[in-house]
Amino acid sequence: MSSVSVSRLSKSYNSIKALDNVSFDVSKGELFGIIGPDGAGKTTLFRLLTTLILPDCGSAVIEGLDVVNDYASVRRIIGYMPGRFSLYQDLTVEENLNFFATVFNTTVKENYHLIEDIYKHIEPFRTRRAGKLSGGMKQKLALSCALIHKPKVLFLDEPTTGVDPVSRKEFWEMLLKLKSQGITIIVSTPYMDEARLCDRIALMQNGKFLRIDSPDNITASYPYRLWAVTANNMHGLLNDLRACQYVKSSFSFGASCHVTIDESASAAMLDAYLSTRGYDDIGIKEIQPTVEDCFMLMLKEDAQ
Amino acid sequence: MTEEYVIQAENLTKRFGDFTAVDHITFSVRRGEIFGFLGANGAGKTTAMRMLCGLSRPSEGKGTVAGFDIGRYPEKVKRNIGYMSQKFSLYEDLRVWENLRLYGGIYGMKDREIAEKTDTVLRSIDMESERNTMVCDLPLGWKQKLAFAVSTFHNPKIVFLDEPTGGVDPITRRRFWEQIYGAAASGITVFVTTHYMDEAEYCDRVSIMVDGRIKALDSPMALRNKFGVSDMDEVFRMLAREATRKGD
Amino acid sequence: MKQFITFVRKEFLHIFRDSRTMLILLGMPMVQMLLFGFAITTEVRNTKVAVFDPSQSMETRAIKERFDASEYFTIAEEIRDVSRINDVFKYGEIGLVMVFSDDFESELHQGGDAAVQLITDGTEPNQASMITGYASNILAQSMQELSEGSGAPCRIIPEIRMLYNPQAESAYNFVPGVMGMILMLICAMMTSIAIVREKENGTTEILLVSPMKPIYIILSKVTPYFTLSMVNLVTILLLSVYVLGVPVAGSLSLLLLVSVIFIFLALSLGLLISNVVNTQVAAMLVSGMGLMMPVMLLSGLIFPVESMPLPLQCLSAIVPARWYVDAIRKIMIQGAEIQFVLKEIGILLFVTVALVALSLKTFKNRLN
Repeated sequence: MSSVSVSRLSKSYNSIKALDNVSFDVSKGELFGIIGPDGAGKTTLFRLLTTLILPDCGSAVIEGLDVVNDYASVRRIIGYMPGRFSLYQDLTVEENLNFFATVFNTTVKENYHLIEDIYKHIEPFRTRRAGKLSGGMKQKLALSCALIHKPKVLFLDEPTTGVDPVSRKEFWEMLLKLKSQGITIIVSTPYMDEARLCDRIALMQNGKFLRIDSPDNITASYPYRLWAVTANNMHGLLNDLRACQYVKSSFSFGASCHVTIDESASAAMLDAYLSTRGYDDIGIKEIQPTVEDCFMLMLKEDAQ
Repeated sequence: MTEEYVIQAENLTKRFGDFTAVDHITFSVRRGEIFGFLGANGAGKTTAMRMLCGLSRPSEGKGTVAGFDIGRYPEKVKRNIGYMSQKFSLYEDLRVWENLRLYGGIYGMKDREIAEKTDTVLRSIDMESERNTMVCDLPLGWKQKLAFAVSTFHNPKIVFLDEPTGGVDPITRRRFWEQIYGAAASGITVFVTTHYMDEAEYCDRVSIMVDGRIKALDSPMALRNKFGVSDMDEVFRMLAREATRKGD
Repeated sequence: MKQFITFVRKEFLHIFRDSRTMLILLGMPMVQMLLFGFAITTEVRNTKVAVFDPSQSMETRAIKERFDASEYFTIAEEIRDVSRINDVFKYGEIGLVMVFSDDFESELHQGGDAAVQLITDGTEPNQASMITGYASNILAQSMQELSEGSGAPCRIIPEIRMLYNPQAESAYNFVPGVMGMILMLICAMMTSIAIVREKENGTTEILLVSPMKPIYIILSKVTPYFTLSMVNLVTILLLSVYVLGVPVAGSLSLLLLVSVIFIFLALSLGLLISNVVNTQVAAMLVSGMGLMMPVMLLSGLIFPVESMPLPLQCLSAIVPARWYVDAIRKIMIQGAEIQFVLKEIGILLFVTVALVALSLKTFKNRLN
């Protein structure tokens, strides 16, 4: 039985379709990622699933409970961490945690084992006001508060936005641990590199899911051979690659450019072309596409 | 002071009570350079950037931006820099051209100059047809493009970008970097913070701040070689792991 | 129940940790009370009196001497011409005009009833009524002395007239008015802001998703403000009795009962506001402009309702605070019993029930 089951869910604001006919299932204990830029509809989807807003049409069932009709029961079994830091800034770390524990009819002691790994990072600061914590610590406190009532399904809306890479990595390690305890987790993020860590991901744009699959399947289904090209003048390289007639796409990707070329062309031809343009230290090697490569390809196809 | 450097910081320090947010940082940024300013949350990036923009007075040390001392002439510094944050400093309820006119006016440009510049800018970012559109009706990527154009509208010598690409899709993010390259090629110095480590690779040089100090400063390639790793993400993680400071 | 207590405790923490809120909640009522109090009450001392005394008899002379001897009054002028009476106030020197009847002496001894007109400047109604109060007192003393001297009972009847503002009521108008304003402000404005703040901070999202019943959320948000309003009510009453010298003439328990009804009314108004607005600024504007202004201008705090033009009087009838201020004025100043304020209590109760029903109906279980 699936933990979350969504069927043809839609929601519009005025004339804008924030969520357009979205369907998916998440199994128990799965870590499901929703990847997409701001404005793709991630927050709307989360609010629908957490019973905060009503859908225009379609339905969603969480642990067998309908989000519209059984909203009160749904609220008892889910944990939710909204996109913005939504704790009381003028209460201390400890006061926030105790407050949310009580609101959810439990005590910190009862479920301490669940949050111990996360909370111990911030415990030294338990008498500090939440508003005075750093970004990474705020996230940990918010996650502790969302977990304190031992929810069956955890909804995390962009928990790592604006958080530095180190804290982000720590945060994801915590999510993987929670997953191993059998909690279903639905998490959204604008960072493509975090997608790798999910069991399955949905790539989202303009209120629609472009694709739902495991990261491996998504990258494996990339239809072209992908080349990483480097040279001495990286900025000029991108323009010259774009100008090349048999280059299909070219994007800068950190230290290299990721390039796809026509089937009739070859890496050797590309090397020769760049040499004639006066580049030195040319490096061209075939690479495995990343989720980001796939997402960009889908965005391009979607736009056409 | 050498003509070549547009930002120079010497032992720049900021203390709040007995807490040293920025601890004697020294670095220089060349004209036309894209300078990445990285660091974990709470490492002191924002405080340092505020001092360089003339918004906050240094407790100690010296800083020169666009040839003016940041402690003594913050107003002159402000006149010669552009600033763009993640929140895009655009007025949502004004039209595209009205936003440009407003910023031109704020920096004391003449009406005719504003009109001419508006035409060139809109052409260069491919938004001529959107001249009369309300900013709130623009897609996120376009707002970002416009916000950058606004921050460089008064031909500043330096533009400070505070996490300019947060939350935008990967294609838009790359287009934005191309816009940054264009500005740098025209001689504008770009000072940028980001949490995307692949973007660190696009910078000419990057500095990484840990606990209020600059722990590393070099070109991305040199840093990768120095630490013997394959990408900036790992460089960053190796350095940030040493941090003792938690929270701010 | 534990949820409720924790929530209330949290709410108190918010209040105690925000010094500005604390200042508004507890400091402002006192400051307002004292400001209004001292700005309006002026001491009656050496008020200059002009006298019109056609008879110039022994009796009238005795009365005049008694006035002159008191620390409150100084006889400054003898008016010879009746038509000058209205003019003397225009120079701003004279605070009281005393007019004896033509044959005061014979009226006093024959009929036993003699009239003295006390005319004051009604543009400062509070001071005017204080002056007439003192003057009547002195007249009464003179009357007793005269009765004892002549052996026959006689009465001096002071006829009080206020020029320029004849309807001005009691000197203590402002105490009920300020009470109405402060309770409205604390309950409606602070409650709505406190609730909307959670909307703005996004904590509403988490609370709504929690199993806590919305009714508890509301109740626990309202409880601290109810408590603080009661504290304020007591402070105001203590201040008015002991500092400003305005006594509570009627029943204290009746006064508290009406006040509690009014506090409930204001709280439910605050709830209603928080249901319809989404930002603290909007809540402040709505409660500030929509509640404070009418309370200040239309409840009789500054301008007596009776002297307003008819359209404004009708408008004031829909301001609940007006009825509260009326009721308090009756109970506190005039010492009225419950049967005289039944109308006001009825109106307040009706509005409260309507507002509670409306705010419960508009309360959203979800985000908009």
